[in-house]
Amino acid sequence: MAEVWQLDAAAIAHAVASGETSAVEVVDAHLARIDALDQEVHAFLTPTPELARVQAAQVDADRVAGKPLGPLAGVPIALKDVLCTDGIRTTAGSKILETYVPPYDATVVSMLKAAGMPIIGKTNQDEFAMGSSTENSAFGPTHNPWDLARVPGGSSGGSAASVAAGMAPVSLGTDTGGSIRQPAALCGVVGVKPTYGRVSRYGLIAFASSLDQIGPFARTVRDAAATLQAIAGRDPMDSTSASEPVPDYVGALERGVDGLRVGVVREGMGEGTEPGVRARVTEAAEKFASMGCTVDEVSLPSFDVALSAYYLIAPAECSSNLARYDGVRYGYRADDPRDVMDMNMRSRAHGFGDEVKRRIMLGTYALSAGYYDAYYGKAQKVRTLVIRDFDEAYSRFDFLVCPTTPTTAFKIGEKADDPLAMYLSDLFTIPSNLAGAAAISMPCGLAEDGLPVGVQVLGPPLSEELLFRAAYALEQSLEPLPAPPVWSAR
Amino acid sequence: MKLSREDVLHVARLARLAMTDEEVERFGAQLSAILDHAARVGEVASDDVPPTSHALPLSNVFREDVAGSCLSQDKALSTAPEREQGRFKVPRIIEES
Repeated sequence: MAEVWQLDAAAIAHAVASGETSAVEVVDAHLARIDALDQEVHAFLTPTPELARVQAAQVDADRVAGKPLGPLAGVPIALKDVLCTDGIRTTAGSKILETYVPPYDATVVSMLKAAGMPIIGKTNQDEFAMGSSTENSAFGPTHNPWDLARVPGGSSGGSAASVAAGMAPVSLGTDTGGSIRQPAALCGVVGVKPTYGRVSRYGLIAFASSLDQIGPFARTVRDAAATLQAIAGRDPMDSTSASEPVPDYVGALERGVDGLRVGVVREGMGEGTEPGVRARVTEAAEKFASMGCTVDEVSLPSFDVALSAYYLIAPAECSSNLARYDGVRYGYRADDPRDVMDMNMRSRAHGFGDEVKRRIMLGTYALSAGYYDAYYGKAQKVRTLVIRDFDEAYSRFDFLVCPTTPTTAFKIGEKADDPLAMYLSDLFTIPSNLAGAAAISMPCGLAEDGLPVGVQVLGPPLSEELLFRAAYALEQSLEPLPAPPVWSAR
Repeated sequence: MKLSREDVLHVARLARLAMTDEEVERFGAQLSAILDHAARVGEVASDDVPPTSHALPLSNVFREDVAGSCLSQDKALSTAPEREQGRFKVPRIIEES
């Protein structure tokens, strides 16, 4: 008999709805798991046991009263600490927001509360979602549940690790250049980067507003689909949110992939990608062929230069967004400022970490007089080229397949002093963000080093339904991953 | 391209970031390396390619001009480092004459 914390979200929802177990018991089982493991993993910055128990008790009371329960009622969820939670500290992984307590809930948080999903904690992340390893957190790194000496990826590393380690069945992260898919790959879980605008960003602490998107982590494709279903949709509070109706993602899962055209991205399968990663992704592509897909190679020539464009566009937007941390309305203020300029400069110097400073500087430079055309202007043109490459590919293919990352999880500290090497781990995830498109990363086996490999299925904007179908079909055809070592701990 | 010490200090001031000498040195070298890499955007983006600032073709999203609920003054000020008389308090901006 599986422990409660080992159940997936679908099984938990069923057990709660049938009265087989109570939502409070489910929450307590996960909180006990956090107590036992999180000293080592450090997935959480702020567990929220009181909130989770109150929400769970409400679900149990509703069930007893015969009120209708949502499809994920009683399923605990962990939230990246970049999502504002009313009355609960929200740090964005930064010292500048160490004591910030938002006076309101992000729209996704309100939706999860309405869905009866108990919020069990706020997870660790790279500061302001800038990073690929969670080492840029002001509160110390998160450790990969597959090997505690390695990074979980980032920036949503805590959300990925919490799900991989059984501390939460599902979680939310954000993906600006790969920050959901890359940690999902490195931790062996499913991570979804929805279409830009599919999920409201109201109450998400902004990094790069033309790229940021919220999405789920889960241990199964079905749970990821159900969680996205719970948070997707138009929100009057976010004028960029998409008004298209949200399809029934879960209902579409079992429709199969027979007859679909699959393109394998050549640029993802070159020498820069580890052989173990290439081997697993090749096998995944072969599985699609065996299920009746036509599989062929496709080239996206702009993939490579997209990275350069991203590292101009995202810093440019961040330098503008993070101007709000001025020591006036919220966040840290330096002691005894001489004047306003001194207050601004010392508050920000003390409150921001190195990577955030680097990106603010880079963005400020790229937008400054004399350099705008050469850097930011050109990067925006590359963005057009990326979109054209995808358009061309989708005229011939229904969806694309590509490794999520060139390597499996790297060691903590290995790339910490080399920003460019760190940026390269986002090479295959960035193009989807620049194009505003949808993509899912899912596990497709282990490399020879015993670490999980992630494969992406990529589609055009608003193709989530198709991508979930494809990911589900692939998941059913692959051997499930073995449990990570911490699974059996205590 | 190599950023000079003056370049780094200029950008840091524009970005309102106080910097130690050690940081000026270190960030200068790192930013130079990143900009070298980023300069490749100039090699592929020809003049006839239009820029994309946003992936969605959105413009002017309107709603009815109806007052809704908003944060109370007290809640809006609840996160301020310093407040006074229902306002955010900052160091003096205008010199006394």
